[in-house]
Amino acid sequence: MKLSMASSPHNHSQKNLSRLMLTVIAACIPGIIAQCYFFGFGVIVQLMLALITASLSEAFMLSVRKRPVWPALSDGSAWLTAVLLAISIPPLAPWWIVVIGTVFAIVMVKQLYGGLGFNLFNPAMAAYVLLLVSFPVQMTSWTPVSSLLAQPLNLMDQASLIFFEYSANHTDLIGALTSVDGTTMATPLDTVKTAVSQNLTVDEAMMGKQFSAYAGIGWMWVNLAFLVGGLFLLKTKVINWHIPVAMLATLAFCSAIGFILAPGSHAGSLFHLLSGATMLGAFFIATDPVSASTTNRGRLIYGACIGLLVYLIRNYGGYPDAVAFAVLIMNMAVPLIDHYTQPRTYGHGAAK
Amino acid sequence: MDSLLEQIERGTLWQFPGGVHPPQQKSLSNQQPIARLPLPDKLVLPLKQHIGANGQLLVNVGDKVLKGQALTKPTANWSLPVHAPTSGEVIEIKPMPSAHPSALPELSIVMTPDGNDTWCELSPVSDLNKLDHKTLIDLLHNAGIAGMGGAGFPTYVKADSHQPIEFLVVNGVECEPYITADDLLMREHAQEIVQGIEVMQQLLKPQRVLIGIEDNKPEAIAAMKRASAHNTAILVRAIPTKYPSGGEKQLIRVLTSKEVPSTGIPADIGVLVQNVGTLFAISEAIYKGKPLIERVVSVTGNTIGKPQNVWALIGTEIKHLLDCQGFTPVLEQRVVMGGPMMGFTLPTVRIPVIKTTNCILAPDNQELAEPGDEKACIRCSACADACPQSLLPQQLQWFAKSKDYDKLEAYNLFDCIECGACSYVCPSEIPLVQYYRVAKAEIREQKLDQIKAERAKERFEARKERLEREQQERQNRHKRSTSRSAKPDAEKAKVADALARVKQKQGDKSAVQAAIERAKAKKAADGSLEPDNSEVALERALRKEQARLYKEQKTSEDAPLAENAKEDSGKKDAVTAAIARAKAKKAAQQGEQENGQPQPQASEPETKKSDDDPRKAAVAAAIARAKAKKAAQQGEQENEQPQPPASEPETKKSDDDPRKAAVAAAIARAKAKKAAQQGEQENEQPQQPASESETPTSDDDDPRKAAVAAAIARAKAKKAAKQAEQENEQPQTSTSESETQKPDDDDPRKAAVAAAIARAKAKKAAKQAEQENEQPQQEQSVQDAGSTDATPQTPEQKRQAAIKAAVAKAKAKKQAKEQEGNDPS
Amino acid sequence: MTLFYALIALGSLALIFGLILGYAAVKYRVESNPIVDQVDAILPQTQCGQCGYPGCRPYAEAIANGDEINKCPPGGEATVKKLADLMGVEAKPLAGGEEAEPVKTVAYIREDECIGCTKCIQACPVDAIVGATRQMHTVIDDECTGCDLCVEPCPVDCIDMLPVEQTKQTWKWQLDAIAIKQID
Repeated sequence: MKLSMASSPHNHSQKNLSRLMLTVIAACIPGIIAQCYFFGFGVIVQLMLALITASLSEAFMLSVRKRPVWPALSDGSAWLTAVLLAISIPPLAPWWIVVIGTVFAIVMVKQLYGGLGFNLFNPAMAAYVLLLVSFPVQMTSWTPVSSLLAQPLNLMDQASLIFFEYSANHTDLIGALTSVDGTTMATPLDTVKTAVSQNLTVDEAMMGKQFSAYAGIGWMWVNLAFLVGGLFLLKTKVINWHIPVAMLATLAFCSAIGFILAPGSHAGSLFHLLSGATMLGAFFIATDPVSASTTNRGRLIYGACIGLLVYLIRNYGGYPDAVAFAVLIMNMAVPLIDHYTQPRTYGHGAAK
Repeated sequence: MDSLLEQIERGTLWQFPGGVHPPQQKSLSNQQPIARLPLPDKLVLPLKQHIGANGQLLVNVGDKVLKGQALTKPTANWSLPVHAPTSGEVIEIKPMPSAHPSALPELSIVMTPDGNDTWCELSPVSDLNKLDHKTLIDLLHNAGIAGMGGAGFPTYVKADSHQPIEFLVVNGVECEPYITADDLLMREHAQEIVQGIEVMQQLLKPQRVLIGIEDNKPEAIAAMKRASAHNTAILVRAIPTKYPSGGEKQLIRVLTSKEVPSTGIPADIGVLVQNVGTLFAISEAIYKGKPLIERVVSVTGNTIGKPQNVWALIGTEIKHLLDCQGFTPVLEQRVVMGGPMMGFTLPTVRIPVIKTTNCILAPDNQELAEPGDEKACIRCSACADACPQSLLPQQLQWFAKSKDYDKLEAYNLFDCIECGACSYVCPSEIPLVQYYRVAKAEIREQKLDQIKAERAKERFEARKERLEREQQERQNRHKRSTSRSAKPDAEKAKVADALARVKQKQGDKSAVQAAIERAKAKKAADGSLEPDNSEVALERALRKEQARLYKEQKTSEDAPLAENAKEDSGKKDAVTAAIARAKAKKAAQQGEQENGQPQPQASEPETKKSDDDPRKAAVAAAIARAKAKKAAQQGEQENEQPQPPASEPETKKSDDDPRKAAVAAAIARAKAKKAAQQGEQENEQPQQPASESETPTSDDDDPRKAAVAAAIARAKAKKAAKQAEQENEQPQTSTSESETQKPDDDDPRKAAVAAAIARAKAKKAAKQAEQENEQPQQEQSVQDAGSTDATPQTPEQKRQAAIKAAVAKAKAKKQAKEQEGNDPS
Repeated sequence: MTLFYALIALGSLALIFGLILGYAAVKYRVESNPIVDQVDAILPQTQCGQCGYPGCRPYAEAIANGDEINKCPPGGEATVKKLADLMGVEAKPLAGGEEAEPVKTVAYIREDECIGCTKCIQACPVDAIVGATRQMHTVIDDECTGCDLCVEPCPVDCIDMLPVEQTKQTWKWQLDAIAIKQID
C-alpha cells in the first residue's frame, strides 16, 4: 500500500478561483438586464464580442508565454474583465471599440504584466480609459433611453449599428441617436456638467426629459441593479465591505457638502450615487482584488480616495464620469497604502 | 472600568482576529467511549518524544523490563525519560522512522511485550501537602510528562516557572476538526483532570484557573463543571467554536485578553497553558505513581470501520491502531497524524504513537479532497482575513517565493503559528503554510550558517595572527640569541590563548559570543594589527607547499617523480620549496625540530634536488634572498644569505644540528629494538616492488618509522595512480635509480596493492606507537613547532587536553557510526 | 576685461565652493561599513581558497577592487546573487561550471588509517582538526567549514569529505523527497 504525502492543511474551504470569478459575473446579471431594458440589447452584442475576444487573446498570450492555456483561461478572470468592459462602454459603440479595448485589457494590461495577479492596473478600466481618450466621440455617444427614442431600435438594428455603423434603414449611429434632440446622446452626468458650465443651475439641467426624480431615467435603475448585485457579492463574502462602503460614503459625503454649500452648481448625493458608473465601480471595479489594496485599513483608504476622486473629477475635471480614472489613479497608490497599513501582528507592541 | 480579574470572573470573553470554520466531523469519533486495545506485537519507543534532549539509555538489548520501568534517565537540557509501556523484552535499540513530518530516523528502543503486563513497583502519593515543591517537580520530571497537546514541551519545566503565574489556562478547546481525544477524556476523567489542575495549583499558585472548552462539547463542559464545583478558583468557560481558538496564543487572548509577546512565552505575561491530557497524566503520575505510558488517540476518518478514541500505549505502531479499528484503504490513501489542519501525513504506518500523538486520521478522498493545482494569487486577502495572528499571508507568500528572507522577517514570518487557516481559505489553493515552513527552515539554516561563518572567520583570523606572531617571535628569539632568559609576555598570552582555544574546542560550542569577544580582546591587546594579506598568502601557500614538498621528498629519491611534480606545478613549487627550506633553516637555528618535516635523511634529497635543477635553485635562491633581506632588517644574520651552493650546507645543518632530535631518535631506536624483540617483524612481510630500499631499513628501525614508511609507500602509490595516465610522457632523468622508476612503470594496480599492504602495516605500527605513551619524542608532538619552546608544562597540558578531546570525539563518532551501521574502512 | 572679471569671479566661486565641499566632506564624513566588510560578510568564510585567494577576506578585498564575483563555489549561486546586488553588477554563473547548489560537507578522518602526521592540522584554516604527532587526529565537526584543504596534504588519504547529514532541525519540508515505503 502506498501512502500519499501532502502538506497540511489537508482540507480546503472549497472556494476556488473560477467559482469566485463566476459569482462576480453572475452578480452583474441584474445590471445587465437593467441595461438591456433601458438601452436595448446592444449590451448583449457587446458582451458576446468582448467574451470571444477576451478568450482568444488570453489563449493566444498564454500560448505565447508557454503557459498551460486551459487552467488559466478557465479561472474566468479574463471573462470577468470582458464583462466589465462590455457593460462600461456605450451599447451601440462600433464593434472595433470593444475589440480593441478587450485586446488591450488582456494583452497589454494583464498578460504583459505577468498574467493574473501581477497586473498593476485594473484591466477593464485601463482599457476603458484608453478607449475614452482615443475615441472620445464613440465613447461618449451613449444611447438614449429606449423610451425616449423616436423610433425604437430593435435587436437587428442595434447589431447592424454595432457592426456596420448603419442601421438597416441606413441611418447612421448619430442619426439614430439624435432623433430626440441634440443633447440626448449625452449621459445625465454630461448634461448636468454642460449645463453648469453654461451657468445653468443643476435643477434647470435636470428639467430635461432624460431625468427622473433623482437621477437620469434608466441610469437610476441600472445603478440600483448593480447595487443589488453588489449586495449579493457582499452576502456571499466574495468581496469585503470596506471598499464599496468607503467609496460610496465618501462620494455621498462630498456631494452632500457641495450641495449644501452651493446647491445651484452641485448635484445632490443621490444624483451622484445613482448616476454613471458609481455602483458598478463601487462593487465590481474598485473591488477587483488584484489591483486593490490588500489590508482592511488600506481598503478603507483606497475606497475613500476613489470616492473623493470621483467627486472631484465629476465636478471639476474635464470628463463627465470619473470612476475609471479614479480607480486607475488609486491603483498606482496601492503599494504605498499597503505598506503603511499593515495590521499589528499578534504579540507585537500595543495591547499587553 | 472593571479590573481584568473582575471581567474574567464575570465571564467576559475576548475575540481574536481571523479564524475559520472548517466542517467539524467530530461526531464520527465521539459517540463511543474510549476503547482499550489488545497489546501490540511490538512497541517502538523513540528516546526523544518532546522538545529537548534525549535521556540516557538505562537498558540494553535483551533486558527484560517491567511495565512502567524507566528505560532512559533524564540528564540535562530538558531531557525526559521514557518508560516501558508494558512488560517485555528489549529486542533492539536502533534508529527507527520517527513520528515527525520528515520521518527521519530517531534512536528508538524496540521491545516485544511478554503479554503479562506486569507493573513495576509504583509509589503513589496520598497527600499532596506533604510534598515540597522540588519533590513534586521531580515526580513530574521522572514520570516523563511532556505537553500532550502537540508541542511536547516538558511539563516539569513549565511547572517550575520562576515567573509569577496569574492565570493557569487549561486547554480543552480541541479546535481541530475530527479530533475528540480531549473531549472524551474530559467526559470520562474530569475528576482526574481536576486533580491534575490542583497539583498545578499547588505548584504555581495562580489566582484563577481558566478552563477553555469550545461550545461544541456540551458534555465535556458539563463534566468539567461538575468535577470542579468544589474549587472556586477554577472557572470553566465555553468559548465559541472557531479554528484555531485552541492555539495557545489565541486561547490566552480569548480567555484573558492578553497577548503573548512575539518572542516571549506565556509565562512572561503571567499565564501558563496546560492541555487537559497533560493534566490527566500529572494526576496519574502523582496519585497513582504511573509514568506517562499511554494516551488517548482518536482513530477516525471515513476509511476507518470503527472510528473512536482508544487508549494507545506509547510506542504502539499506527498500523496496530488502524488494524484494530478496521481500516480499508482507498487509492491515494493519506494517513495523517494529528488533525486535518495541522497534522502531517505519514509515509508509512510503521510509525509509533508518541506522547504528542492525539489523532490518527485516515480520510478518504471525498471528505478531505486532494489539493488542487496551485493557481495564481489574486491578492484577494482572504488569507489575511483568516489569519489569527494578523499577518499578511499573501505578502509573505510573494516574499517566500522570491526568497526575500529579510522581507519575510520584516513581515513577521516567525509569528506564524502554521495553523493552516490561510491555506484553507485560499481560492487559488496555494499551499501557503508549506511555503512558510520551507522559508522558515531556510532562514534558520541561513542564520546558523552565518553564525558558523562568523566563527570560522574568527578562528581563521586568530590562527593567522598566531602564525604571524610565532614567526615574529622566532625572529625575536634569534636576536636575543639562544639564552632563554626572559620569556616575552606575548608568549604567555599566546599560551593562554591556546589554552582557551582548546577549552573552546572541547566543550563550549555555543560560545560564539565568547569567541568573538576573545578575538576582539586579542586584537585590542595586539594593538589592532591590520592583517597583512601578503603575509597570509605567503603563509598559506607555504603551508600548502610544505605539505606538497614533504610528499615530494617522500616520493623521493626517485627523481622522475620529483621531476614530474616539478613540471606539474612548475616554478611555483620550486619557489615555495625554497621558502620552506628557508623556513626550515630558521627553525633549525633555533635548535628546534619541526615535526611536520621529520627524518634527517628525508631532507637530503631536497638539497640534491636543488642541485639537480639549476633553474629551480636560482629561483629558490632569489626567494631565499628576499626572505633573508627581510630578516636582515630585523637584525638577522646575513651570512646565511645564500648563494645557491650556500643553501645546501645550511639545509644539511638543519638536519644535523638538533641535538634533541638525535636524542629522540636514539631513544626511539632503543624502543624499537625492544619492540623487535617482542617479535614484531615487519621484515617478514613481502616487500612490494614499489617500495625502495628505504622502506625495509625503516621497518627495522622502529615501528614509528614503519608507519612513516608505509605512509611514504602510500603517498607514492597515490601519486603513481595520479600519474598513471601521463606516465609515458614523463621524462626520465638519468640520475634516477632504475629501481625507483618502478612505480611509474608498474601498473597502478600493483601500486594500489602495495599501498594496501603498507597501510595495514602502518596501522599495526601506529597502534603500537600509541601504546608507548611515555616516549620522549612526544615532547615534540605539538601541532606547531613555534610553541614548543613555551613553558614546558603548558604545552603539555594543552596537548593532553587536545588529545583527550580528540579521543572523546573519536569515540563518540565511532559510536555514532556504529549506530548507523556503516562503519567506514 | 569683462572676460577677465568673469573668470576671476567664477574661479573664486569655484574655489570657495570647493573649500566648502572639502570641509564638509571631512567634517561630516559618514562612517559607512566599508565595502570590503560588506562583501566579507556575504562570503561563506570557509577559507577554502578555491577563489585563488588565501581566505575569504582577501577575496573580499579583491572583489572590492573589481575582481569577478563568481569565484566562490562554496557560496553557490546564492552568494553570487547577493554579491551582484551589493556590487551592482550582473550575476554570473559560477566560474568552473560548479553546480549551483553546493553540497555542504565536513571532513572526516578515518581514524584507523591516520598516522598522526599533523599535515592536515597545519592545512586547516580554522584549527578544526585536533591531534598530536603520531596520535590519531580528529575533526571538530562543528568548526569544520568543509573547505577540502586538509584532503590534499594527507599522505595516506584518510580524510573523506562527507555530506552533512540531514537532521530534523535542518530538514526543509521536502515532502516529495520522503522515501515512500512499501508496507505489507
